[in-house]
Parts: sequence; structure tokens; C-alpha cells
Amino acid sequence: MLLEVRDLHVEFRTRDGVAKAVNGVNYSVDEGETLAVLGESGSGKSVTAQAVMGILDVPPGKITGGEILFRGKDLLKFKEEERRKVRGAEMAMIFQDALSSLNPVLSVGDQLGEMFIVHRGMSRKDARAKAIELMERVRIPGAAQRVRDYPHQFSGGMRQRIMIAMALALEPALIIADEPTTALDVTVQAQVMDLLAELQRELHMGLILITHDLGVVADVADKIAVMYAGRIVESAPVHDIYKSPAHPYTRGLLDSIPRLDQKGQELYAIKGLPPNLMHIPPGCAFNPRCPMAQDVCRTDEPELYEVDQHRGSACHFWRECLNG
Amino acid sequence: MPEQPFEPDRAIAGTGMGGAMDLATSEAETLEKTPGGPEGTGPQEKPRSLWSDAWRDLRRNPVFIISALVILFLIVISLWPSLIASGNPLKCDLAKAQEGSQPGHPFGYDGQGCDVYTRTVYGTRTSVTVGVLATLGVALFGSVLGGLAGFFGGIWDSILSRLTDIFFAIPVVLGGLVLLSVVTSNTVWPVIGFMVLLGWPQISRIARGSVITAKQNDYVQAARALGASNSRLLLRHITPNAVAPVIVVATIALGTYISLEATLSYLGVGLKPPTVSWGIDISSASQYIRNAPHMLLWPAGALAITVLAFIMLGDAVRDALDPKLR
Repeated sequence: MLLEVRDLHVEFRTRDGVAKAVNGVNYSVDEGETLAVLGESGSGKSVTAQAVMGILDVPPGKITGGEILFRGKDLLKFKEEERRKVRGAEMAMIFQDALSSLNPVLSVGDQLGEMFIVHRGMSRKDARAKAIELMERVRIPGAAQRVRDYPHQFSGGMRQRIMIAMALALEPALIIADEPTTALDVTVQAQVMDLLAELQRELHMGLILITHDLGVVADVADKIAVMYAGRIVESAPVHDIYKSPAHPYTRGLLDSIPRLDQKGQELYAIKGLPPNLMHIPPGCAFNPRCPMAQDVCRTDEPELYEVDQHRGSACHFWRECLNG
Repeated sequence: MPEQPFEPDRAIAGTGMGGAMDLATSEAETLEKTPGGPEGTGPQEKPRSLWSDAWRDLRRNPVFIISALVILFLIVISLWPSLIASGNPLKCDLAKAQEGSQPGHPFGYDGQGCDVYTRTVYGTRTSVTVGVLATLGVALFGSVLGGLAGFFGGIWDSILSRLTDIFFAIPVVLGGLVLLSVVTSNTVWPVIGFMVLLGWPQISRIARGSVITAKQNDYVQAARALGASNSRLLLRHITPNAVAPVIVVATIALGTYISLEATLSYLGVGLKPPTVSWGIDISSASQYIRNAPHMLLWPAGALAITVLAFIMLGDAVRDALDPKLR
């Protein structure tokens, strides 16, 4: 297994109290596999990714438990300097907003070339040639001329391509893409997503795709992990989830996608708000919003029940949910 | 550069930068047909970076042009005062003390019978030297300390912040009277050292703040995620994005250091004769202000123009580097 996150716990210690952002997350990705991590804002999906990358802000953040196994070795036991060498070379991250994720005072060529200078000790000239090669690879037209341009001179889609090029520069084994298409125009979203998926296949990388866009997920993901209040509530191969969700939260998410055949009807929304991470309700964290909640849900926290060999659901009533 | 409406069919027709922007958003296949690159060759080429953008703003700003010319003139005469003054500032003739303007000596003579014009010209060198060196010292010392504290945070940040508070609490003139009165050296170094000692907290606060702001930018996080080390983050990603406020404040401070030198010299704890300085001249002229005001007027006027020029330059640079501050 390329990456295995085991029972990860992350807290944020703030003046107002302790926010439990991640509460025992387990997931894994293999080479050439795409895992989509789905969830609302504040569900802990990005924090988990930051913990994996080792870029969590400490303090206020703190990893309080668990293991992050990369090729069998626990990254949390690495020294910072060893960890830094893994970042960029073995695993890389693509961020949501490419404009703010690129340094405004450096040309894109300098930023792409930096990857080779930092990790490979290349000369400036060789790094520049590599940068042009990378820009061509992500299909930026006129790469040789545009290599000297600054980030603000590119359109949103092109900037995201540059972000992707930077992440892929050293052909890492694992890519984490944190909502890579959210900030883009709908027409460009598909292009960027296709490019990412294509390069992933080519380089046989593991991809963790963090998103709240169920449309994107269906096309590219192999399996899905749905997160709620810092826990995984359902994990399953992608087609199973779309066919029949085994957790009422997943069902709610799927039902909230607007559909063409429901024209004129009211849009469905899950009632209520995600819980305050400083006061996660006892029992199942989803119980105050759950249409199927029973007394047991308010007292007992459901474990991740095995639905079948590849599927898990953290719902006491997963059978009922599965059958609709 | 206004964003143009998305028109895929027209995209290939574009030739200037407008065309390039359209190109960027359109389909990849369309793009490959485009002849040439999107290099801006038209008359409306976009600014390439923050610095070239700022430089373009500055060149069009009359305040910058005037103050820069004045400063250039001051620097030239401080390097080669003999270009415009043929006399010797230390050669005085007591017989001519307090005499007014006369041919060859347009500013008249001071209380010791020295030529006021020559002394004013030669005083430029002292003032500019003190101002520039004090500013460089303050900027280097303050921004290194403040920048490191802002970047690493934690205990070092707390210690430095309290230390700056302590230094802020020392009144400059009082501090000068106490500290410089024990110095016997006739050179400019004790004065410069004193200015750096009391001046660095101002820059260190600003550097700390702007490093903290720059540190929170997504691109710093992104660079970290791609394996950049702390020193690389600081030097390549944070410093270029945090240095602008430091430059602005340092330029404005340069003017105040020049006037501070005059103040200290006036009080008798700054520079001492035979050094030629506007502050010393103002100090000695103040005794004769009723009978011979010209002795005060010229060095004081030169001081005011110099300080004003640096403050105006600082203002223009600030406007160019951060229009939001205006």
C-alpha cells in the first residue's frame, strides 16, 4: 500500500477551547488509485491532507494520535528535515486557488524550476529547460515564451495547470489535490480534471482528491471516503455509493444534487448545520440532522461497520439505509 | 488588463495580450493553431512584476521626479562639494564676522567669519552620510531581527516584541543627551550608532508584521508542501513579498535621521567642530538670530529641503508599492 492513514487524530488548541478536527480517520491509497475524500467545509478533509503532507500549522494544530504510513514507514516519526525531502519529491499537493498559491513576484518558470534546483540540485539553466518541458506537458501554449511570465498574466485554468505541473515536476508517487477545480470556470473544470486524471494514469500515481463536488468524483475516483465531523462515515468503491449509499449522510449529499428531471420542485438540502468541532454531539455526530436517528444514535457512537469486503458505514442502521 | 468576454472563435484572431488571455481560457486544440507566442509586443504591454509596475508608476509621478532630482543633486554635492563651492569651510576671517551677502559670498559670513555658502555646501556631506548610513544600519538590523521573529514566532518573537517596547519607551532626545554626552570622538560614528540603537525597533516592528502577513499567504504553504526549506521560504518567497513596507518606512525615516542629527548637534551632543554640519551651524547661528538672521536661514533652509525631499520620495515610493495605503 502506498499510503495508509491509521486512526489519525488532529486537534486545534485555540483560546476558546479544543477543536477536534480529525477524530480517528482511516484511509488508504495505492499506486495508480484515486481516492475521493468527500465532505462539507469543516469536516476535516483538508486537515487530514495537511497532516499527511506535514504542513499542518503547529501550533495551533496538533496531531494527537495515529499513524501515517507511506510505503510502510510512519511519516509522523520522521525528523522535519527527512520529512521535507519527502514533500515535493515523493508526495505533492495541488491547492484550490492557484492564483494565491503561486508567488506573485516570481515568474512561473522560476517557480517550476525551483523544484529541480531544491530537490535535484540542477543548474538554473537546466531547471529552466525542465520548466518549459513541464509547461508543455500540461499543455500550456507557447510555453517557451510564457515561461518568463508572472502568475497574474495567466488565466485561472492555465494557472491551475501550472500548479499541477509544479506538483508533478518530480513525478511523485502520491498527489493530494485539495479541491483543484473549485475556483475554476465550469468549462475549464473538466479540462483540468481530465488533464490531472490523464497524467495520473501516465505516471501511475496515487491520487487523493479532496472535493465536495460529487460530479467530479463520479468520473475519476476509484473509491470514496465520506467525512463528517472529522470521521469517515462511509467508505466504498465509487459505483456502490452512487447506486445505494449505506449512510444517511451520503444519501443526503446525493439527494442534494440538483437534477434535470426534478424541474420545478424544491431542491433538497440536509437540515441543520455541521456540528461545532468544540462540542461534537455524543453518540453519532450526525444524529441531530439525521432523518433516521433513533435513541441509540444519541448515546452510542457507531463504529465503521463492514457492509461488504470493500465497504464500510458508520451507521447503526446501515442495512435500512442501504435498502432505501 | 480587463478580462474580455469568453469568445472561443475569436481567440485565435487575437494578437496582443488580449488575444493571449482569450487563448488561455479556450480549448487546448484551438490554442495549438495560434502562430507565435503570447509575448506582449504591442504598445500596451502589461507590467511584468511588482517592481517594474512600481517603477512605471514612479516615473509618471511628479513628486517622485522632483524629490529624486533634489536628492540626486544632494548626493552629487556631498560627494564632490568642490564642484559648486571653491572655498574652504574651515578657513575663516574673524574680521568679516556676521557680514551679509557680498559678491563671491552670496550667503554672507557667520559669527566666526566663515563663508556660510561654503559651509552649507560642505554640511550636505555630513547630513547625507549620517542619514544614509543610519538608515542602512536600522533597516538591516531591524528587518533581520523583525523578520526572523515574525517567521519563527514563539518565544523569540515574544522576547523581541518586549525588547522593542523597551526601546520605544526611550525618548530619543533624552537618550541622545545621556548616551552621547559621554562620547568624546569627533567622528560621525557615535551618532550613527546611536540612531541605529534607537531606530531599529521601528523597522523591526514593521518587518515582523509584514513577514507574518506574507507567511500566511497560500503560496508559502504551497512552497512548503513542495519541499522548500525554511531558509528558502524566507529568502525567496517571503522577503520579496514583505520588503516593500520596510523600504517605504526606511525612506521616510532617512529624512528624520538627518533632522535628528541636526537636533543632536544643536544640543551639543551630536557632531562636534571641526566637523561641518548644518546642526552645528544652526546652533551657533541661533545666538545672532536678531542681528544676522541669514546665518540661520541658509543651513536651516538646506536642512528643511533635504528632509522634505526624502519624505516626499518615501511618499511616492509608498504610493507606487502599495496603492492601498494612500
